[in-house]
Amino acid sequence: MKKEEFKDNESLELLKKSGTNILLTTIDDVINWGRKNSLWPLTFATSCCGIEMMAAGAPRHDFARFGMEVYRASPRQADVIVVAGTIVNKMAPVLKRLYDQMSEPKYVVAMGACAISGGPFFLNSYSVIKGVEHVIPVDVFVPGCPPRPEALLYGMMQLQRKIETETIQSRKTRSASHDSK
Amino acid sequence: MEEKVKNITADDQQEYVINMGPQHPSTHGVLRLVVSLKGEIVQNLIPHIGYIHRGIEKMCESITYPQIIHLTDRMDYLSAHINNEAVCLNVEKALEIDIPDRIKVIRTIMAELTRIQSHQLWWCSFGMDLGGLTCFFYGLRDREKILDIFEETCGGRMIVSYNCPGGLMYDIHPNFQKRVKEFINYFRKTLPEYDQLLTGNVIFKERTKGVGRLSLEDAIAYGATGPTGRASGFSCDVRKQEPYSAYDRVSFNEVLFNDGDTYHRYLARIAEMRESMDIIEQLIDNIPEGPYAVKMKPVIKLPEGEYYQRVETARGELGVYIISDGNKNPLRVKFRSPNFVNLSILNEISKGWKIADLVAIGGSLDLVIPDIDR
Amino acid sequence: MDNKQLEELITTFDQDIETTEGKQYLEVTLPADKLHSFAAQLKENDKTRFDYLFCLTGVDYGQDLGVVYHLRSTVHSHYIVLKVRTSDRENPKFDSVTDIWKTAEFHEREVFDLLGISFNNHPDLRRLFLDSSWGYPLRKDYVDDINIVTK
Repeated sequence: MKKEEFKDNESLELLKKSGTNILLTTIDDVINWGRKNSLWPLTFATSCCGIEMMAAGAPRHDFARFGMEVYRASPRQADVIVVAGTIVNKMAPVLKRLYDQMSEPKYVVAMGACAISGGPFFLNSYSVIKGVEHVIPVDVFVPGCPPRPEALLYGMMQLQRKIETETIQSRKTRSASHDSK
Repeated sequence: MEEKVKNITADDQQEYVINMGPQHPSTHGVLRLVVSLKGEIVQNLIPHIGYIHRGIEKMCESITYPQIIHLTDRMDYLSAHINNEAVCLNVEKALEIDIPDRIKVIRTIMAELTRIQSHQLWWCSFGMDLGGLTCFFYGLRDREKILDIFEETCGGRMIVSYNCPGGLMYDIHPNFQKRVKEFINYFRKTLPEYDQLLTGNVIFKERTKGVGRLSLEDAIAYGATGPTGRASGFSCDVRKQEPYSAYDRVSFNEVLFNDGDTYHRYLARIAEMRESMDIIEQLIDNIPEGPYAVKMKPVIKLPEGEYYQRVETARGELGVYIISDGNKNPLRVKFRSPNFVNLSILNEISKGWKIADLVAIGGSLDLVIPDIDR
Repeated sequence: MDNKQLEELITTFDQDIETTEGKQYLEVTLPADKLHSFAAQLKENDKTRFDYLFCLTGVDYGQDLGVVYHLRSTVHSHYIVLKVRTSDRENPKFDSVTDIWKTAEFHEREVFDLLGISFNNHPDLRRLFLDSSWGYPLRKDYVDDINIVTK
């Protein structure tokens, strides 16, 4: 996809740092290229968006061509957690524990209206968490109820572009901010 | 320490409790099973649920009747259309509205397509649980064709919200009949592939024959309906007992088996797919002309009283119980969900089997966890 | 059997009940202490044979709390609805029917969890969906300013 066709190019420009020397930027580019093309998701699906995530891995909208070939069941082996589905009060500590168990570098994609803000269950519900950002820090939001598999692929492409802008310094600050003590 | 190690013999097995936690690749949702084992044999099993309890029944007390439809979509999301139909039929029965034939026939066709699509997804995840990853790709490839039909007519792939009290939201697309006929022709040729992959497979039969038997008395006592009950011989098809929509004008078989084990639960669902295709074929050519919705008042208020509607979803009998006191919001809405009841038999039927069999049994019960927790 | 014959038959089981012809099924209201014996008779008797309990609902009527049982017979294909009520909101108790229909075990746990109605002789009465510090959300007087957002 061409750069002009993506939305939200402004926040990406803010993330890009400039002014380091040639050797470090080349190393950065190589590391980023390796990381963004092999993001392995964790199997985490609570409700309906999980089925659309499975459909995104199905033959028609294959996301193995983006490098997300394998779903890892163990959080230690996964790179990205796609929060697909509603998060409820009882499930929030479990999600936090899973996120803490993942090793750096780790990314979070909030998929679906329920993960972004509580979705259809925002009003009048006593046990839904209104947005997964209350629990873990999110990198990319994918709206929809449920989002089409193509929308999830677009969200993953945005995540890949975000990873492209990382440098050694920004990775250090990112890891430090993930430490929850 | 050395003494302790020498004295451990093969009979010295204490009970060992493990946790198949809420995040697990083969529990099909957020279900936590605390399993107590002796070696690898399951002694006892306690399910812990509530990890997706969104409080839908409490929410329904503050919203109007047409708004409930959008919440029922997300309960058992693989039979979304049938859940919607249950609430609509209940409201229409309470208001004593006569629904034109066209609406009934279209609702029935969409319900049967939903059933086929749900069983395709079940088949692909069942095969994947037992280790045959090919099934995942075959099942989802065919399911996309039904989702295309839904998207053309209803606008949504899985979450449709196509029914509303009084009829349908929009009329069907002009291509609907052609596409459904193409799909039926295609799927009749593809379903034997499913049989080749799993049904006749020696490894599959070894893993599922005789595993997790549910007797007929237990099926009735626990209330296990749907293909789970029919595999044990419990004749529980609501479409035959209290025909609704257009089920009284089609002829289909209710396929029952006697051996309530995992293999026959599997066969019951494959047979249901064939019966659904027969029902669609009988209806698709003669969709009657007429309006696609009946004019309703802008604010729907049900007369005071209690109303119960039973429908047959892909997993069993769904019941919608509405208590109304005359206002525009109901007093109480209760969804009797089939998965809630099907979960309660898991402890009973998995005693004495190994952990790998537990995965097969859980897959054959076809649980959708948000329906349990609502 | 149709509703009229059913009504005549069950009034012979117990005099204390009141039957009404609801819009769909025959509805029977019982006092709470007669529930277990009446339900057992409905299941054992050959002419009624209600062996399939398909819905157990807890209701908050505003002042009273109640439980509604929907029953069906797989042999005779007739239906009946049992209702019990209590006006004790502090500590409502009914008899459990788990020994008659096994499906009641999970359903009664759900009613206990969401409404606070406890059942005598239940084998394992624990909360099901929520944990022990929540109140009883389905009650009409449940107030939760932190979590519930209303327009």
